[in-house]
Amino acid sequence: MTSPNESLQALTEIRDLMNRSSKFLSLSGLSGISAGIVALIGAGVAYLKLNTGYLSYEGAGLLTNSTRREVFEFLLIDGLCVMVAALFFGVFFTARKASKLGESVWNLASKRLLISLIIPLATGGIFCLALLNYGIVWVSFPATLIFYGLALLNASKYTLRDVAYLGISQITLGLISLFLTGYNLLMWALGFGVLHIVYGMVMYFKYDKK
Amino acid sequence: MEFLERFNKAFESKARLGIMSVLVVNEFLSFNALKELLQLTDGNLATHLRALEEQHYVVVQKQFIGRKPSTTYTATDAGKQAFTEHLNALEKFIKGA
Repeated sequence: MTSPNESLQALTEIRDLMNRSSKFLSLSGLSGISAGIVALIGAGVAYLKLNTGYLSYEGAGLLTNSTRREVFEFLLIDGLCVMVAALFFGVFFTARKASKLGESVWNLASKRLLISLIIPLATGGIFCLALLNYGIVWVSFPATLIFYGLALLNASKYTLRDVAYLGISQITLGLISLFLTGYNLLMWALGFGVLHIVYGMVMYFKYDKK
Repeated sequence: MEFLERFNKAFESKARLGIMSVLVVNEFLSFNALKELLQLTDGNLATHLRALEEQHYVVVQKQFIGRKPSTTYTATDAGKQAFTEHLNALEKFIKGA
């Protein structure tokens, strides 16, 4: 430590090490964009297949038990397909970015990130299954947004800061959606589709394009 | 050079400064995790860790996970304080120059 320049370099290295050791920074913006596109397709399919009136508080009363069962099964399959496809592309782009940066995808930080994401997400998933099971279809849409937002907020301490803002936006949208029951599917598409694409693009131009 | 006195001798090497900086943000880290993060050889890392341990800046826990021995390292309060003071001295040095 003889010159200020060397000290400055030491400080920069320290900060980099602290960040790298506690946070998973290889998260790719393209993961967000692809998840958003997949969600928009899923929402589009749901819109075409179902008369969206069923998904509002007022419309739910019109359903007979057998159609309610059908709606339940259809939404479950649609949702699962969206989740699997979004996860597949999400992991693919992030793994690609990690290998480009020479970082391993499966390290201490990504394990922490995953665990802090999975616990609120699984809780929300089971909660929504229970809602669908009792035929309360319309609440399950805002509920997925809210639990997903909470999961992101929880996981954000182990990754890029932008994830926290995405989480807060999802929670806000979910809460608004609880009171705008006629626009459930639209709000869902806005949260999982448009917000993912917007934040994905912001993150892509901020971090990936360097 | 009065502020140079506040530079901690224990952190003179880059490796030791690196070890402390990752241990202050992580509750504990295994030997292998440290090795991967800092890109050091086994012998080199072990020597630096022993030096920090002797200063009581770092404590070692040895335990068994199943049958595998696992060694983890934690920064002590004294270690964290010394590290912060060292950083403050570095910062002052840069600003003053």
